[in-house]
Formats: sequence, C-alpha cells, structure tokens
Amino acid sequence: MVAFVLRRLALLVVALLVSSFVIFAGLQLAPGDPLAALSGGRSLPPEALEALRAQYRLDDPFLVQYGNWLVHAVQGDLGQSIAQRHDVATIIGERIGVTAQLVALAAVIILVAGVGLGVLAGLRRGPVDAAVLVVTTLLAAIPSFVAAIVLMSVFAVQLGWFPAVGAGDGFADRLHHLVLPAIALAASALAIVARVTRASVREELEREHVETAVSRGLPRRLVLRRHVLRNAAIPIATVSGITILSLIALSAVVERAFGINGLGATLVQAAAAKDLALVQGISLVLVAAFVVGNTLVDLVYAVLDPRVTVGSRAA
Amino acid sequence: MSAPLLEVADLAVTLPVEGERRTVLHDVSLAIGPGEALGLVGESGSGKSMTARAVARLLPGGAAVTGSIRFDGTDVTALRGGELRAYRRSVAMVFQDPRAHVNPVRRIGDFLTEGLRLRGVARAEAARRAVAALADVGIPDGERRLRQYPHELSGGLLQRVMIAAALLAEPRLVLADEPTTALDVTTQSEVMAIIDELRRERGLALLFITHDLDLAAAVCDRIAVMYAGAIVEERAAAVLHDDPLHPYSAALAAARPAVDRTLPRLAAVRGRLVSAFEAPAGCAFAPRCAHAQDRCAAELPPLRPLDGGAVRCARAEELRGRLAPQEVAGG
Repeated sequence: MVAFVLRRLALLVVALLVSSFVIFAGLQLAPGDPLAALSGGRSLPPEALEALRAQYRLDDPFLVQYGNWLVHAVQGDLGQSIAQRHDVATIIGERIGVTAQLVALAAVIILVAGVGLGVLAGLRRGPVDAAVLVVTTLLAAIPSFVAAIVLMSVFAVQLGWFPAVGAGDGFADRLHHLVLPAIALAASALAIVARVTRASVREELEREHVETAVSRGLPRRLVLRRHVLRNAAIPIATVSGITILSLIALSAVVERAFGINGLGATLVQAAAAKDLALVQGISLVLVAAFVVGNTLVDLVYAVLDPRVTVGSRAA
Repeated sequence: MSAPLLEVADLAVTLPVEGERRTVLHDVSLAIGPGEALGLVGESGSGKSMTARAVARLLPGGAAVTGSIRFDGTDVTALRGGELRAYRRSVAMVFQDPRAHVNPVRRIGDFLTEGLRLRGVARAEAARRAVAALADVGIPDGERRLRQYPHELSGGLLQRVMIAAALLAEPRLVLADEPTTALDVTTQSEVMAIIDELRRERGLALLFITHDLDLAAAVCDRIAVMYAGAIVEERAAAVLHDDPLHPYSAALAAARPAVDRTLPRLAAVRGRLVSAFEAPAGCAFAPRCAHAQDRCAAELPPLRPLDGGAVRCARAEELRGRLAPQEVAGG
C-alpha cells in the first residue's frame, strides 16, 4: 500500500509537469500579441514596445521562458496580468474560493441524489426504476447552460425562491446563491452517476457471493450494505470521481450564466482579452486541481478494492 | 431409519424462461436422517443443484414450487422473514466455486465471523473460533489467514475456508453442491477427505451433489440418481455401483474409467442429456436406453421400492442382475 501511494504520488508530479508544459506551450502558440491587448489597439512607439517586451521577458527563448515561469509558479508567483495590471496569484486567490464552493456543492448533490436515485432504481424494479430512468435520461440530455437558463427563469424569476445572479456574502447567503448554479452544474453528471450506480447495484445483486450471504441467513439490510452496496461502491467511486472532476472545467459556463465571479468566468474573460499570464495561471490551477483530484480518486479506489494494490496495477 | 431430518416429497419446480414456464424438477422425493449422508448424482442439467437450491430456499425469483420440503418437521416452503433466516442458519451450503461465492473485497476473517457476530458472539471470541475452524480444515496459520483477502488464497484453500465457514454456523445439515469440481485433482481428494471426516466427527447430515458416482459411493450412505428433473433410482451406496437397478445408473457407473486398466476409448453415456422441460412423455431416458421398449416411451413409471431401494424403470425386475457396469460400456 505504501509503495502504491508513493508510485501514485510520483505519477502525480510527472502529470503536473507535463500539463504545465502543455499549457505554457499551447498558449505561446496561440495567435495574438499580448502587447496588443495592453496597448488597447493604439500603435505604440517602437521604444515603448521594446521596453514592455523586456519587462514581460517576451524575447527570451521559449524554453527559458517556460523555465522561468515554472520556477516562479512553484514559488506561488504566476506573473503579472497584463490587462488587469495585477498579480495573477492574487487574482486567482480572490476567485478560487467561490469556484471551489460551487464545485463542492455540486459534488454533494451528485453524490447524494445521483447515488441515492441509482440505489433506489437498482433495488426496486418496476415504476420507481422506470421513473428514475426517465428523469436521468432527461437530465443527461440537457447541457448545463440550458439547465442554468431554465432553473433561473423558473426558480429565480418566476417563483423568486433563489437569487438569479451573484455569489452572495457569508455562509448562508453564499449557499442560497449557489444552489441553482450547483444544480445546473450537477444535472448531467448526476444522471450518469445514477445510471452507473443502478447498473452496479443490479450486477452485484446477481453475484454468487451475495447468494452465499443470503444462504447464511443474513438479514436483507446487512446483505445489501456489506455485500451489494459495498462492492458496487468501487465502480460508483470511479465514475463519481471523474464526473465531479470534469465539473472544474464546466464551472466556467455556469459561472458566466449566473454572473458568479469565479475562476471559470475569469478564465473566459482573460482568454477574450488575450491576457496570457492570467490564462496560463488559471489553466494551471484548474489542471492541477484535476490531476490531484484524480490521484485522490485512485487512492480511494485502492482502499475500496483490495485487489488493486496487490496486482501492482497503478493505472 | 429414525424420523428424517430432511424430507422432500413430490417436489416440482418450474422457472419462467422467456415468457414460458419451464419445468426444472418434476418429481423429486428424498429423505436424509440425522447424521446421514445422501449422494445426489446425475449429469449436468439433471436438476441436482436445483434440488439443493430448493432445499436452501435459494431458487431464483419467479420459481413456482409444489410438493413439500420438511426440515425437522417444519414446512420449509412456507417459511418467511426471521423464521426463514433462522432455518438458513441451520442449513449450511458449500458452493461449487469458492472464488465466486466469497466476497472478494472483504477479508477472510469477515467472511468466517460474519455469521457468528450476527448471533451475538463477541469479536475476539468469533476470531478465536474462526482460527480453530481453520485448523479443523487443515489450515494451520489461521491468525494470518483471517487478515488476508480471498484473492491471496488458492482455490483449494478458499474451498477449505468455505467449509470452515459452513461448520462455524453449527448446522445440522450441510448441502455440498459439487464442492470439489472447481479444484484440481489432488486438491479435490484432500477437500473431500476433510468434508467426510468433519461430517462424521460432528454427526452432520449431508446432501452431497456430484456427477461422480464413485466419489458419492465413497463418502455417502445412500445415493439418489437424478435424470431430467426426477429421481430414477435410490439405493444404499455400497450396492448401487455394482448392482444398479436403473439402466441410467448402470450407464453412469460404466462411464467412469477404471484406474486399473487402459481402455482404447473412454465409455460415455450415448446420446444427449435432455432437460426436464424437454423430456418426452414417457421415461426421459428411453431414447438413450439400450433396454428401452415401446411402453417406455408411452408412460413414466413411478418411483417404486425394490431390493431395499427404489427405482423408476418399467423393466427393473426383468433387468435385475443384468445391468452390471461392463455390460453397457461403450459408446
């Protein structure tokens, strides 16, 4: 187990290095001159351009630029936002909280409602199962921006139960503001998790070892908890992990729709403004969150399934 | 025989398959006394496992059961809820494939002590008993095994664990469904010896399901032979192999190669086994039987007493003594 964890951590570092390089290289290749954004379309005198290039070190060779960027990034210095004339790390620090809360709330909704509905449908054949299938098919088919608009018009505008825009201040107000965005963000992932949960529960119910448990005279609730749900938790954890991590990127859409000033919305703005350093910084943070989250999912998987570590199957 | 511990009478089972009801058992009657071992022998698909599952109340959903199954005087087919669970605890099942029948993500210790903990035995005491039970089935380092997972044990060891788990339940009847079929040959005999020894030691009744007539004869007091969902012969184990009354028993006995001579070709029961649902109106074995006559195809005779056993063959009296194994050998 210790060797397994160490191996996963080594892979984590490699993944972070590779993704940082891809982010940096990708944005260097992207069209557009960062200085054009700064000049606001005006043509600057060549001396001024020269001075700015030197200030932002835009003339260094590519690998030197990447090396500088990486060394500073590791120390928490992600450079200066050209458009906002602000520390990138400071901007990220201000925006990351609300995005993390949004994704966390969506994750709770997915785990509670998705797994709950899936278990219910898996155990109860008939109308309950059919209803869950219809609802999840519908949810899976709705993109998050459509879900956002529908939720906003029904629950915020018509019924007035929730605010339509903004993130709110303080815990209760923040929660109140984030309920609709979190539901919009969670909807399709919830449907996938519910479907996988239903299928895994069905599959485990048919397993021979469950028959053994029944043949021993175990009460049904213990059979379900220790042998059906415990074993079904392995695929459920994998799928929940991946779908929840994918919300990190999806959050940009929902943040824009609900006017929440989070990382995703800032990323979209920065990209539109060709604010290179900010796009790189936010991308790095989002990718790092995904890679670290993925490693956590792998570790949870190893805890749930004792067969994983022994076979040394790290993948 | 004293009052039987398990008494199955006129058991018939149908299962829903693709919208129609298919008969899997149509006439099974058997009895096992306390401490007695009954072998249930037949080819795959003859209904052996279904009989055990009916007794253990493990038939798939939608199964329709008629006839009676009585355990210690109680009607098993009518049990519900807590009574059913209590009954299941007094009947232990040893399954064919231990790899599939032991939960792969829980430790051996959990598997062994689960039933004991349910009955209110303290954790430490349950672990102590589990280690003792492992020692009984020939696993000396029980303490270490309790912490292991099923995938860390070989098939033979895992089957011993399953037997230990069955014994820990302190059952009165053990249902063993081909317990050695999934194991390699040397492990088979070891596991079989353990089952036989522990059963005799503890005076447990045993329903031993196998396709191996000789193996059943070695460990059982009596043997019942099944064909197409019905019992065709039931005799004392000592006489069935050498003096079968039913042509199918004779064919089964002949189909096992002797270890002391070389045959140019292995004997087999000719023709194909039919399942209960596709069996013809008369004797289901008639199409494969060397002794079949027209009347065999017309009507299925009942199981009737003969020579201290019971047989279901219209010509049993005529054929008596003529069904020695070598006579029907060949293919």
